[in-house]
Amino acid sequence: MKNSKTIFLFFVPGFLLYSIFFLYPTISALFYSFTDWDGFSDAFAFIGFDNFERAFTGDSIFRKTIGNNLKFMLVVVIFQTLVALAFAMILLKNTKTTIFLRALYFFPTILSSVSVAFIWAFVYDPSLGILNQILEAIGLGFIAQNWLGNANIAIYSLAITQVWFHAGQMLIVFVAGLQAIPQEMYEVAKIEGASKWQTFRAVTWPLLAPSATIVVAYTTIQSFKAFDLVFAMTGGGPNNSTEIIATYIYDIAFRSYQFGYASAISVIFMIIIAFITFLQFKALRSDRVSY
Amino acid sequence: MLFRRFSLIVYALLILIPLLVVVLTSMKTLQETFANPLGLPANGLNIDNYVAIFQEQTMAGYFMNSVIVTLFSVTFTLLFASMIAFGITRLSSWLGNILFTLFTLGMMVPAQVIMVPLYSLMLDLGLTNSLVGLILVNVSTTLPIAVFILTGFMKTLPKELFEASTIDGAGNWQMFTRVAIPLSLPSLSATAIFLFVMHWNDLLYPLLFITDNAYKTLPLALLEFQGQYSTNYPMLFTGVIIASAPMVIAYVFLQRFFVAGMTAGAVKG
Repeated sequence: MKNSKTIFLFFVPGFLLYSIFFLYPTISALFYSFTDWDGFSDAFAFIGFDNFERAFTGDSIFRKTIGNNLKFMLVVVIFQTLVALAFAMILLKNTKTTIFLRALYFFPTILSSVSVAFIWAFVYDPSLGILNQILEAIGLGFIAQNWLGNANIAIYSLAITQVWFHAGQMLIVFVAGLQAIPQEMYEVAKIEGASKWQTFRAVTWPLLAPSATIVVAYTTIQSFKAFDLVFAMTGGGPNNSTEIIATYIYDIAFRSYQFGYASAISVIFMIIIAFITFLQFKALRSDRVSY
Repeated sequence: MLFRRFSLIVYALLILIPLLVVVLTSMKTLQETFANPLGLPANGLNIDNYVAIFQEQTMAGYFMNSVIVTLFSVTFTLLFASMIAFGITRLSSWLGNILFTLFTLGMMVPAQVIMVPLYSLMLDLGLTNSLVGLILVNVSTTLPIAVFILTGFMKTLPKELFEASTIDGAGNWQMFTRVAIPLSLPSLSATAIFLFVMHWNDLLYPLLFITDNAYKTLPLALLEFQGQYSTNYPMLFTGVIIASAPMVIAYVFLQRFFVAGMTAGAVKG
């Protein structure tokens, strides 16, 4: 195809905005990560890799946030994927009931994270909350507690909220993947006398690998980048137990005005995310089967 | 079979109970909520909180801000992204691939990475506390995903149609508006819904750039309520319902499009 000159005009408005409000800030973040800039004054000094060194050796909270990120991510990825897959398999066929239930389970996805944060703050509320009241009603009152106020479990309480929020969306991805599997494959398995589990192992799972890759990759990255829920529900507390990288960057930048250091952490954050993406695609691609 | 049905009901209740409690609580007084957090509201359909929130707060203003920011952000993201997607499909493949990579690379960069420099840039440009500023940032940051989805779709359009329109003497602009856009409507509507949900619900950028009440959007205003009302759940939930109502109404009527749009965003993001 010929590259007529007028076609380049199509890129102009988007490219201008994208460069000013996206490319430039991204490059600036790299640049500021080597400075001690406070975000406001004109003067700042280049301090080499000091910020990065501080993050890994001198900042115990940062190390804690990475651990919290991992806990949150593991719980969300495992539960969200399992719930989405299990219910996708139950709701596979298109009937009135399944279509209705899929729509219902999908519903939380359209809510704002602030709304979901408030709803679940109420669910977890130690005195008024639905959760404790239900536990007491069914005789499990001894489990009842301050779900967001207990530093040992708050991060898991947040993870469960995230699963409630987005499992329905992933369920739809699995339904699409399952519906794309040719029915003949199941018929062959049936004729050969394969058990349910064997059919799942030999037919469903390998053919579902592309959808599973998408769900796991998307969920991992989404949960690693989580910000709103944590910010609105616990603000990183109690005692930094729910502080994750994204909220920590916000705190350093906008509560203690260490823009240089915040930039360095955001660069580390970007590298971690790129690394996870890379690993995941490599790992999941290797056991992908093609027919 | 029984176990399946049981799990389906449990999951449905897990979704419905918290939502039902939100609706009921918004019709209660604070005292009632403390006395009987899960019970029915004593006065039945009581809309006092709704009246109060519109009287005391500048709720109508927040609502309008959200409407303006969302509509303009979605419109301009779609327009610019579809122009870029069309441009990419019209270029030779190597140049198209380079530009495609450049524009979609942004999907890899988390918002927290650009937030510090973006904040100081917005200050320098005098774009904080401005709906225009918010729209510009929204459009720039969602451009990558929109370009990704739309380019993927436009590449599947039959080349013959474009060639035929060239023979008819159409320039690039006519080809874009008369051929590419009409044929891309399914993909455009899915992308529009995805962007609509994203922009309407966005918290981070308003949180960074807006401090003046006159320019706050609903999610940010809700967050401020939390500080103001602490655990006044009836008031908070009234706010939640007002902020969610347009989405919920749209979802009830355009459910299929929502699912398609949000799934496209997930699958391709």
